[in-house]
This record gives sequence, C-alpha cells and structure tokens, in this order.
Amino acid sequence: MAHALEPQAKTLSEAGSASLYGKLTELDPRVRILAVCLFAVVTVALQTLSTLVAAFSVSLCLLILSGLPKRRTLKHMAMMDGFIIFMLVLMPFSMPGDAMFTVFGFPASWQGLWKAIEIALTANTVILALMVLVGTMEPVTLGHALHRLRCPEVLVHLLMFTIRYIEVLREEYLRLRGAMKIRGFRPGTNWHTYRSFGYLVGMMLVRAIERSERILSAMKCRGFSGRLFLLQDYALTRRDRLFAVSMCALCAGLLILDHL
Amino acid sequence: MHIVDGALSNPVVIGGALAAVGGIAMGLKSLDLDRIPAAGVLSASFFVASLIHVPIGPSSVHLILNGLAGLLLGWAAFPALFVGLLLQAVFFGFGGLTVLGINAVNIAFPAVLAWMLFGRLIGRGSPVQGAIWGGIGGAFAIAATTALVAVSLALSGKEFIPAAKLVFFAHIPVMVIEAVLTGFAILLARKVKPELFLKGRAA
Repeated sequence: MAHALEPQAKTLSEAGSASLYGKLTELDPRVRILAVCLFAVVTVALQTLSTLVAAFSVSLCLLILSGLPKRRTLKHMAMMDGFIIFMLVLMPFSMPGDAMFTVFGFPASWQGLWKAIEIALTANTVILALMVLVGTMEPVTLGHALHRLRCPEVLVHLLMFTIRYIEVLREEYLRLRGAMKIRGFRPGTNWHTYRSFGYLVGMMLVRAIERSERILSAMKCRGFSGRLFLLQDYALTRRDRLFAVSMCALCAGLLILDHL
Repeated sequence: MHIVDGALSNPVVIGGALAAVGGIAMGLKSLDLDRIPAAGVLSASFFVASLIHVPIGPSSVHLILNGLAGLLLGWAAFPALFVGLLLQAVFFGFGGLTVLGINAVNIAFPAVLAWMLFGRLIGRGSPVQGAIWGGIGGAFAIAATTALVAVSLALSGKEFIPAAKLVFFAHIPVMVIEAVLTGFAILLARKVKPELFLKGRAA
C-alpha cells in the first residue's frame, strides 16, 4: 500500500485533483462507473491474446484522452505488478505443457508463459481503466454517483465517512509517529518495535472511537436522523451518451474479435 | 494479498461476489444510526493502519489488521473492509474491480469469524488476558485470510497451487507480527478505555 505514497503525500485529498484538466473528467460520473464495470467484465471474459492487447490499448487511449500525467499513472499501475510478479514467474513452471526451457530440472512451459501474460494484461487493462475513469473523480463525487446508482444508502454513508476521515486520521498517525521519532524511536526487528507499533495502533483506535462519539453528538445536535441528503443531481448530456455508446461498441467489438 | 483481475476462474469470482453481497448486507443491517460514524471512522483508521510498514529482518510488511477490525466492529467489519478495498482499487490501483467481491470475502470473512470466536473473550479477565485472546484472534484472521486466498487460487486451476502454497508460507511471519500488534493494541485499549469492551464491545 504505502509503496504508493511518499511520506508527505496526501492519501485521498490529492486523488481527483486531476479533474482540473482532461476531457474524460467532464463526463457524468455515473456513466464513467458503469462504463468501467462493463469494460472490466468484458476484458476478464476475453480469451485470446490479440484481443487482450487490443483491450489494453483501449485503456492506454483512455489514459491519453484523460490528460492524466502518464508516467505517474503508469508507475502506479506497475506497482501492482510488483505484487503479482511471483505468481506470474511461477506460472510457466507450474503449468504442464510444451517445454520452453528447464531450470534446475523444472521445465517451463509455453502454455504457462502465455497464461501468465494473459493474466498480467487483463489485470493491468482493468486497473488502468479504473484509475483513469473512476480514480480521477473527487472521492466525494464517487459517493454521490454510487448513491444515484442505487447503492445501499448506509454503504454510501460509510464510504463518505471513510473518505472524510482517512486524511484526518492519517495526519494523526503522522503526528504520533513524529512524537515517537522525537523520542528516539527507530523501527527495527525487535520486541520493542512491535510493542510500540501495537500501542500506536491501539492509541489510534481509541482516539478514533472518541472522535466518532464527538462526531455523532455534533451530528445529532444538527438533527441527524440517519439520512444524509445528497443534493447533487446529474443529467446526461450528449457527450455522455456518445461516450457510453462508443464504450459499448468497443466492448462488443472486442467480444466479436475474440470469437473470430 | 490482493488478487488481481483475470487470475481467477469465473465461478470463483461470481461466488465471491455473491458471498460479499451477503456479508455486506449482514453488516449494513447491524449498522444503526448511532453506529454509522463509529464504523466510518474505524474504517478510515484501518485504511490508515494498512499504510504502516513494520520492519521484519531486511524487509518490511504492511499491516492488514483485519482481525482487530473484526474484533471491534463485528459484522460491520464486512462493509468497512469492503469500502477500504474499493478505495484502494480506485485511487491507488491495488487489486482489481471484478475481484472486489472475492477479495472482500477473503479479508472480511475471517474478521467476522475472529469476532465470533474471540470477541467475547477480549473483554473478560485482566487486560493481559484480553490482549492474549486478541493476539490469537489477530493471528487467526490472517491465517484464515491466507488460507482463503490459497483456496480461491487453487479452485481456479491446478497451475496456481504452487503460488497458493507460497502465499500461505510467506505469510507466517505476517501472522506473528499481526498477532503481537493486535495483542498490544487491545492491551492499550483495555487499559486506556476499558468501557469500550464492556458495553457490547462492537463500537
């Protein structure tokens, strides 16, 4: 997780700041969410390598259209690959098939290699499209759009609370870490470190619960009755429809190509 | 321990999504008006806690703390952890979209299970006793999560079995660390805010 963040980087307050530029970010958030869901399902359903490459290039085109900083977004995407690289490297050895070469007597199969490439392509295609289409939203907009898409209300509330307090609690965490550092705490592989981190987590939770009690009384004082009123309304424009139709056409095209 | 899109077979993905919907529905039912802020703030703190890197030998691991989340939230841990996974996928690009369901089940179901098995015990006896049960709960949740990840990989195809075994054994040190940290976190909470575990425990 934290590989993604430099120590001083903000967690979610910077997310969605890209909405200042780019054409895709002006589209209706509901359309973007639905489009990426459709695209993800279609991509996962693809069987052949050539269509997967085509799907990946669709994601790349979306990235270019979005006007996001390309290098940074691709770096983010590649970070996920770090997690799955072990599984992918093992694939050629664990899947039976025609031998490609042998390492220490273990044959590596072509079938396994292709399968590993397929998984890597699928995973990257979906995550890139998700980051470009939905990750560029203000986190709060995501909540509003999900609400309009008839997600359960309580789940949307939970999402909104989480989004709101991640940054607050992260600052609290950094403050506590600062206090530890100034007292000479240096993490290492020892009991003292684990105990200190345990206390740190415990303290964060105690403070979080106390904070939530204050939030609840503040909300009740303002007449909170279990509903948040989300006033934002969305209307589809011609451009949204155009985007939706072209995404559907692209997905249909990919599926047809796949079956040829 | 995120599984990515495209790795799992369709039945596993669909089964995971259905199970996640069920778990989230159970969790949402347990969230009444008074508990929404607490669940939201705790969900945010577990998100932040997962950013903490704990050194282990020459490397480091990041915390998951799903056991602790379960012990504090009960069924509500399901939607809370789901929200965390959703935000991670959307804004940081970890995990995937179609596998959100199965990932949520793999992480949140052990959390709920830990609460069912050990939830009562952490509030009883001396703080140290509670902390020990908390530690056992923390280790249990990670063990169950890795086992579920391994099972979902193994169900998707025989070629994943070596990877599944690797996942399980690679996480044994993580289990130990999570156990120790969960234990100390509970110990501190028991000492600083004992009433947290007296009134129904689940925040």
